[in-house]
Amino acid sequence: MPFDIYDFTSFTKWIDTSLENAMSPFWTTVTEMAIAGVLFILFYAVVGLFLVYAERKVCAFVQNRLGPNRLGPYGIFQTIADLIKLLFKELIPIKNADRFLFNLAPYIVIIVNFMVLGAIPYAKGLHAIDFNIGIFYIIAVSSMSVIGVLLAGWSSNNKYSLIGAMRSGAQIVSYELSVGLSLITMVIFAGSMQLSVIVEAQRTGWFIFKGHIPAFIAFVIYIIAGTAETNRGPFDLAEAESELTAGYHTEYSGIKFAFFYLAEFINMFIVASIAATIFLGGWMPFHIGTWEGFNRIMDFVPPFIWYLGKTFFVIWVIMLFKWTFPRLRIDQLLTLEWKYLLPINLVNVLIMAFIVLMGWHF
Amino acid sequence: MRSIINYLKDIFWGVMSLLKGLKVTASYFWRPGAIVTEKYPENRKYLVMFERCKGELIMPHNDKNEHNCISCGICQMSCPNGSIEVIPKTIDTEDGKKKRILDKHIYRLGQCTFCGLCVKNCPTHALAFSTKFEHAVFNKALLIKVLNKPGSQLKKGVEQ
Repeated sequence: MPFDIYDFTSFTKWIDTSLENAMSPFWTTVTEMAIAGVLFILFYAVVGLFLVYAERKVCAFVQNRLGPNRLGPYGIFQTIADLIKLLFKELIPIKNADRFLFNLAPYIVIIVNFMVLGAIPYAKGLHAIDFNIGIFYIIAVSSMSVIGVLLAGWSSNNKYSLIGAMRSGAQIVSYELSVGLSLITMVIFAGSMQLSVIVEAQRTGWFIFKGHIPAFIAFVIYIIAGTAETNRGPFDLAEAESELTAGYHTEYSGIKFAFFYLAEFINMFIVASIAATIFLGGWMPFHIGTWEGFNRIMDFVPPFIWYLGKTFFVIWVIMLFKWTFPRLRIDQLLTLEWKYLLPINLVNVLIMAFIVLMGWHF
Repeated sequence: MRSIINYLKDIFWGVMSLLKGLKVTASYFWRPGAIVTEKYPENRKYLVMFERCKGELIMPHNDKNEHNCISCGICQMSCPNGSIEVIPKTIDTEDGKKKRILDKHIYRLGQCTFCGLCVKNCPTHALAFSTKFEHAVFNKALLIKVLNKPGSQLKKGVEQ
């Protein structure tokens, strides 16, 4: 069996041909989709559980505590115990809630997550759908999660949920602009929206280094706006505990609450992995110009590890934001977006276009 | 022009102050500070509670088995939960006078919220908090305690 951790293309091709020999083209497609679906569900659960654990540990480090330390070494089984607890908990029916929309909302959020996860390149050849408009697709699909949030708030028959959902809507709609514009800056630089092409273009150097200052500014803006888009602190007005108990998921209990909770963490993972893919080279190893020996050593690390390492670095930065900065007020939040991030972003796009036009990049 | 410079200054100093905060929190990852978490059941052998810990109410006695309580009942009156009951008794002193002294100072730990009003209001500093905080017992009756030790007396010179 041809199996290479540096290039999955041959491996996926081998699965495809052996399935095609065994059954008709229709059933081949169905089986492949089923395999991909199961893999993504597993990936989703593992990453979600790990991120909950990581967040608690990062928070503990920042506050000079130990964090979870009872279940298993360093408390690594804590989140699994939490999941089992949530699975066994009662799903409380809400009086006068819109039952259908109430039950539908968590699934919309989760489906959006899966749709984005499918478009991210994890390693060479490990890429579920490689659209030629990959970035556009991601921007378009990820902004749909606000529908789930709004539905949850609206159908709960609870004023706190509704206020939380409205805040979340205002926030996502305004920060979507910054996310989109900072990605457009990099699309101008890369000259393509296809994620595999963008990653391939970073073989000689990551975009954050190649694109000079505009790329760096775009990266910083993307991280800030991405944090806001996932409703995480310091932008977590949508679920400000001190004001709204839990915001849009106040009325959810048991596993439905866990869906929202997991979706929030996976959203952060998605934001981080897009940042890693577009600014930090995705699964590309770290190369320095003409240092042959150094580049060789870097090539030995499998691309999947590179991808995960970069993603978790960005996640660490985003978590650090949450545990360092105090929460913004709603007017401060909108001021930050409309008076600072958006004008800077527009100027940044202009500078980037000029640099590309003059060919001043590496 | 001035407003543009102010705008850019705003951004610069804003970013600088945010970075200052991030520097502090991020530095804990390679230079962890003193960990404040107590690993409780494992460290109970050498666990030292802080001085102000309100563990349970006690009545300090000196080595001659004497306490400070004059049985005035202010602690009983100031207790919001009624967890203190002062039972006095009357004795005849040598010079033929009647005198009210403490018979039993009953403290119901199960009802106490550790507000500390009794300790604060005691005119003779007869009550105090100890740092012992492990109160779990299998019988509820064990939570009702008599604070003065058997055979204890009032310390000389407290009443003047």
